[in-house]
Amino acid sequence: MTTTYLIKGATTAAGETGVDVLVADGRIAERGRSLSSAGAVVVDADGLVLLPGMVDIHTHLREPGREDAETVETGTRAAAMGGYTSVHAMANSMPVADTAGVVEQVYALGRRAGWVDVRPVGAVTVGLAGERLAELGAMAQSRAGVRVFSDDGICVSDPVLMRRALEYVKAFDGVVAQHAQEPRLTEGAQMNEGAVSAVLGLAGWPAVAEESIIARDVLLAQHVGSRLHVCHVSTAGSVEIIRWAKQRGVNVTAEVTPHHLLLTDELVRSWNPVYKVNPPLRTNEDVTALREALADGTIDVVGTDHAPHPSEHKECEWAQAAMGMTGLETALSVVQHAMIETGLMDWARFAEATSILPAQIGRVQTQGRPLAAGEMANLTLVDPAARWTVDPHKMATKGRNSPFAGLELPGAVVATFFAGHPTVLEGRLNTPHPDAQGD
Amino acid sequence: MKHLLSTENLSAADAIRILDTAEEMALVGEREVKKLPALRGRTVVNLFFEDSTRTRISFEAAAKRLSADVINFAAKGSSVSKGESLKDTAQTLEAMSADAVVIRHWASGAPARLAASDWIDAAVVNAGDGTHEHPTQALLDAFTLRRHWSQIAGRASLGEDLRGLRIAIVGDVLHSRVARSNLWLLTTLGAEVTLVAPPTLLPVGIADWPCRVSFDLDEVLATGPHAIMMLRVQGERMNAAFFPSAREYARTWGFDDDRLAALEVSAGKDTIIMHPGPMNRGLEISSAAADSPRSTVLAQVRNGVSVRMAVLYLLLSGDDSTQPTPAQEATV
Amino acid sequence: MFRTVLGEADIDRALTRIAHEILEANKGSQDLVLLGIPRRGFPLAQRLARKIARTDPAVNPDAMVGRLDVTMFRDDLRKHPTRPPGPTKLPPAGIDDKVVVLVDDVLYSGRTIRAALDAIVDIGRPRVVRLAVLVDRGHRELPIRADHVGKNLPTSSAEKVRVRITEVDSVDEVVIEGPA
Repeated sequence: MTTTYLIKGATTAAGETGVDVLVADGRIAERGRSLSSAGAVVVDADGLVLLPGMVDIHTHLREPGREDAETVETGTRAAAMGGYTSVHAMANSMPVADTAGVVEQVYALGRRAGWVDVRPVGAVTVGLAGERLAELGAMAQSRAGVRVFSDDGICVSDPVLMRRALEYVKAFDGVVAQHAQEPRLTEGAQMNEGAVSAVLGLAGWPAVAEESIIARDVLLAQHVGSRLHVCHVSTAGSVEIIRWAKQRGVNVTAEVTPHHLLLTDELVRSWNPVYKVNPPLRTNEDVTALREALADGTIDVVGTDHAPHPSEHKECEWAQAAMGMTGLETALSVVQHAMIETGLMDWARFAEATSILPAQIGRVQTQGRPLAAGEMANLTLVDPAARWTVDPHKMATKGRNSPFAGLELPGAVVATFFAGHPTVLEGRLNTPHPDAQGD
Repeated sequence: MKHLLSTENLSAADAIRILDTAEEMALVGEREVKKLPALRGRTVVNLFFEDSTRTRISFEAAAKRLSADVINFAAKGSSVSKGESLKDTAQTLEAMSADAVVIRHWASGAPARLAASDWIDAAVVNAGDGTHEHPTQALLDAFTLRRHWSQIAGRASLGEDLRGLRIAIVGDVLHSRVARSNLWLLTTLGAEVTLVAPPTLLPVGIADWPCRVSFDLDEVLATGPHAIMMLRVQGERMNAAFFPSAREYARTWGFDDDRLAALEVSAGKDTIIMHPGPMNRGLEISSAAADSPRSTVLAQVRNGVSVRMAVLYLLLSGDDSTQPTPAQEATV
Repeated sequence: MFRTVLGEADIDRALTRIAHEILEANKGSQDLVLLGIPRRGFPLAQRLARKIARTDPAVNPDAMVGRLDVTMFRDDLRKHPTRPPGPTKLPPAGIDDKVVVLVDDVLYSGRTIRAALDAIVDIGRPRVVRLAVLVDRGHRELPIRADHVGKNLPTSSAEKVRVRITEVDSVDEVVIEGPA
């Protein structure tokens, strides 16, 4: 007999208040008002928002190969702390997740850790080299059941290869998630190309290098009738192209990172490599366009692009520093700050962008589900009134490279229920799912 | 002023203080005993991640004339072969009680990174970082300009700024730390700057820069600027399609013999030709131009020592407290 | 709390006496160079030169006076905020083989004069160096003494001696400020 939990007096994403939810045997047993708490652990949710468990479409867990940066264990602890019940683990590990063997390994590590549902992403090309297709079918049919394929970190720049990948994944309802970066236009690039790069003398990453690939890919996706996902959209121009493509009926989805919703390239003036990321931080105009696009649905989802790095990869010159920022444990707060506190969106759209749609893009059947009896209990309980100051040293991730360090942000995860088990309770890491060792 | 990292944020008052101090330092260079005891017992480290004998010996001469101990640290390491990390090197220098680190680095921002870190407490002097800035080069250029034009105007240069001067900076602005540092400093001091370059060698995003931009060197020369600053151009740039050939570059953007001759009959009677060195003779500047009486190339080298003495003196001689002591009040 | 110890007339009389002493010690104005130490030593040196010229009309007072900036020779540079150096200007004939009289307003620890002696060594080789000060307030920290003193002022080191000179301060006076 497992523990049952009664979440009492919650506000739903849709704004309904005083909702009780009884969690038993991994599922939502009952939803109602003034439910009896007999035998259940009561979680007081007065004033708290109860969301479908968050799903990250874009996470780097680094294992296998870069366990000094992150492991599946530490990365999924961080995910749980951030309110996530599922993460998509990107393929750029060492070895690259380009075979059924590697994706099954990552999947198994996730099951063993028991903090969230780990969905491995398969590489599009062997070794991310952009030359030959990886065995996409074998990864799809493996126990990991891969549906999202990406060379993230590197662009599938060869148009023929991209076309074939888009076509091929249709066989198993997969999606290609493209890292849109024209390689020749970004050789040696260190930051956004614009007024700040001109002053700092850093080689620029022009917006057109992202936009030209997105334009090509949406046309390709339309031509072959495939599903395309655009990773970490960062420019106003990209938003325009995606909007245009959606109007034409192209089956394209897009993601934005929390950091691109808040930070700009002005921060590079500090020369602190914690602000070095790919795609780079852009301008205020881009931030504004990205926020509007996320609010109106042109950009479907928020993906963290959580990219932990060991400190020595950031404690160095800008040009030598690694690109990437941690994000799992700050995503909710940053999005609340940038989108909800600004009145651009509500918690219902938040749930859509951080749970329902990412689960659909990744074809994760048990995630992003309605708050209804019988559904798997993947839930995130948020205190929207809380305020906290970001301290990377207190995070569960191994990465200390948070660009939000020192920033005061709203919103705190009070509890995360993963398949009915509280991985986070009272704002603290609890225990992994008891079934973790099984399977 | 704790560090000298860029000219972008250098105030006019601080810049003039450096130039005025450099005037006093220049007098020392003319004496039989070319040495001052001001930095006795202090250690200056020349930390060079990029070869530059000229800049290093200029800083070395400056530090030695001020009686500082000089340690030359040629740190190997490039974007390809990483050597010891900047952090480890800095902590080594800290352990050796370096009072100032003069750093030349191929990576833009490395000196600022060093100064902002808690790896080292020393004063940091940027001796050229990537394609970002080269502040002491700009200061010695401003010093050279100020001396030349106040002499012609029959004024003492002490305390003067550069108001009224029109200066053309010509060449590979995109990759030039000298161009950036000069643009900020010269405009801070009141000069008008025109950048002249092929469009491929101008950065994107300079619409707000406080200067004019021209693609036509002859047109700019015809206006009789007070100085023409030629930037070094790497011949290999043509391999990345910045310009079609060295010959076309030299003909269109180089300071050649025809342009030198045109200057003689134009409004630019006293126009000087500056170059930070090392020169590519025949590419951005002809030999006749480099060796003409208008050329200030050697004066720039000479002034470099004075300006670097001034910078080291101003960064290292005082303490940070502003509380005057009784002894000071009695003797001032 | 302060008291005025020398007024305008007192200062003028003291300088006149020093001028005569200098001439007497040198047996005339031959080879004399007066090097004032900024800030107030320099105008005092100019005044002394004019007084000497009044006694010996063959003397051109401007050609006799120089200013000697000792900033970069000080031993207490690191105890104070950075001070930009000022100009050093020697008389046209230089100081080699001359009789150099250093002129300063107050002689106290002696450290400024030590710095001045070092500065002189670096710019030339005078035959003799002498020292003239308007006020000697004691408390020497180095074996240095003045050859010509306008006024000996026994003070406690808690007191401050303020010399004000018209050229710098718009008034001629010497004031002792007591401890607050």
